[in-house]
Amino acid sequence: MAAIKEVERPDTDEGGMGYLQSLPRRVVTVYLPLLMFVIVLLFPFYWMTITAIKPNAEMTDYVKYNPFWVVHPTLQHIRYLLFETSYPGWLLNTVIISTAATFLSLAAAVLAAYAIERLRFSGARQVGLAVFLAYLVPPSILFIPLSVMVFKLGLYDTPFALILTYPTFLIPFCTWLLMGYFRSIPFELEECALIDGASRWQILTKIVLPLSVPGLISAGIFAFTLSWNEFIYALTFIQSSEKKTVPVGVLTELVRSDVYEWGALMAGALIGSLPVVVLYSFFVEHYVSSMTGAVKE
Amino acid sequence: MAVPSVAVQRRPSILSRLAESRNSLGFGFMLPAAALLLVFLTYPLGLGVWLSFTDTRIGRPGIFIGIENYQYLWSDGVFWLSVFNTVLYTVSASILKFALGLWLALILNQNLPFKSFFRAVVLLPWVVPTVLSAIAFWWIYDSQFSILSWALQQMGLIDHRINFLGDPTNARASVIAANVWRGIPFVAITLLAGLQTIPQSLYEAATLDGASRWQLFRYVTLPLLTPIIAITMTFSVLFTFTDFQLIYVLTRGGPVNATHLMATLSFQRGIAGGQLGEGAAIAVAMIPFLLAAILFSYFGLQRRRWQQGGGD
Repeated sequence: MAAIKEVERPDTDEGGMGYLQSLPRRVVTVYLPLLMFVIVLLFPFYWMTITAIKPNAEMTDYVKYNPFWVVHPTLQHIRYLLFETSYPGWLLNTVIISTAATFLSLAAAVLAAYAIERLRFSGARQVGLAVFLAYLVPPSILFIPLSVMVFKLGLYDTPFALILTYPTFLIPFCTWLLMGYFRSIPFELEECALIDGASRWQILTKIVLPLSVPGLISAGIFAFTLSWNEFIYALTFIQSSEKKTVPVGVLTELVRSDVYEWGALMAGALIGSLPVVVLYSFFVEHYVSSMTGAVKE
Repeated sequence: MAVPSVAVQRRPSILSRLAESRNSLGFGFMLPAAALLLVFLTYPLGLGVWLSFTDTRIGRPGIFIGIENYQYLWSDGVFWLSVFNTVLYTVSASILKFALGLWLALILNQNLPFKSFFRAVVLLPWVVPTVLSAIAFWWIYDSQFSILSWALQQMGLIDHRINFLGDPTNARASVIAANVWRGIPFVAITLLAGLQTIPQSLYEAATLDGASRWQLFRYVTLPLLTPIIAITMTFSVLFTFTDFQLIYVLTRGGPVNATHLMATLSFQRGIAGGQLGEGAAIAVAMIPFLLAAILFSYFGLQRRRWQQGGGD
């Protein structure tokens, strides 16, 4: 019976047995809850945006103006942020640090993942497990000893303190993700190349890497976002105002004790979020499928 | 994976050479990652444990003082309050994240119009830097101009403004709510990926056998989803337990330490207060909890392998 119905209505084929539900029932069980989720999950962003373009007079006057809307949108907060604070510098710092940490981690992770997954050196399994465990070590228990080390190495208050410490959480993650990806590349390709006399290095650069570009992109986006969002190391290891990253700068430099510049704060939060949001919107499908290593075939 | 090694075993002379090159190559390939991780992860982990047995302060190397830091913490009410807060924060936020995340995953698994749009939108809270979204929550929770208070007042549900972050109970609820908001997408999207691996034919077969919607969920979805739930929730618990950013932005541990987590207390004592040794001791005190979570995850993974019938 079910099969016949499916043939008759090919448009519902994908949803499995969704057609067994009536429309009113679907509204209550699916669309209404979904709407609630979307509203709750997106409201802070809406509120961020509306505050960032609100003139100060409207921001604190809930009697005359409806706070959910803006009557006279203004760019004054964004202008203040871009021209009267160190914000552009923080953006640049964050871009430089995130890019450097991402490339460093990706390079190390590609080699490590290939070695663990394909070279199968003795102890590869144990090393793979160790890498997984390394991912579970949180920055919150490392920042105190790391701050001591960073100080002794003379890296305190330099971008290198962050570029060298971010790989501690990026490498395990990227290695783990790439191991899954390399596993999906057929062994036979490598065997053919080996018989043709290719070296391991040639196999990696000419066969494995070109085939795993989607995996590399996902790992790169992950790593970039994680570095962009990192807070506790950046807060601890960087002191000078002009060397800070966006999350730390916005929180420690824009928040003055007397009056909160809510407009500028929200503009800072919004602009600081945009790069990662844009990055994700392009690659969200990759991202969802690679998240659990469940690469669609 | 086992095939090449079997083939190799028949020719001992090549075996020795191959094993040698494999191991040396493997060593060379592992070197950059291993060096970075050993220097900046393993060593600091040990250094942290060592620091916790010293009285190191910022700018002054310490001497070994045995378990004095731990003895002090044992009798310190604020430390125990932070442990209580951390457990409360982790347990309540994780339960809420799991329940709401699973619900959202089940909804997104339906045949929806604009499916990929919804998935992308739902991920946003997780993608955006925590500190920056926490600042938005800070403004939402503002004591004077909170939009939530205003909206509730307009609806006539409350007659005076809610003091979101100034009152201990409210502050705890507020930071948990913000954490749940941020954590739902991760749980939902991972569980969604797990849901999509469940074959539709199982549901069709169960429906033909007369299973109700609850039975479909209870006897088909849940058992097949259990391994991925175990892994997702381990990660979620781990990151909630060691959370720092959200608290640091919203309350800095206040009011009267009501929202201090172990991580924020460790920062306050270790970096802001300069007592590196004591801060390290608080951080080390988190390790037993983390180990428990990791063991749980390990057995979750074992079970997953076993369920999928694979040896690897």
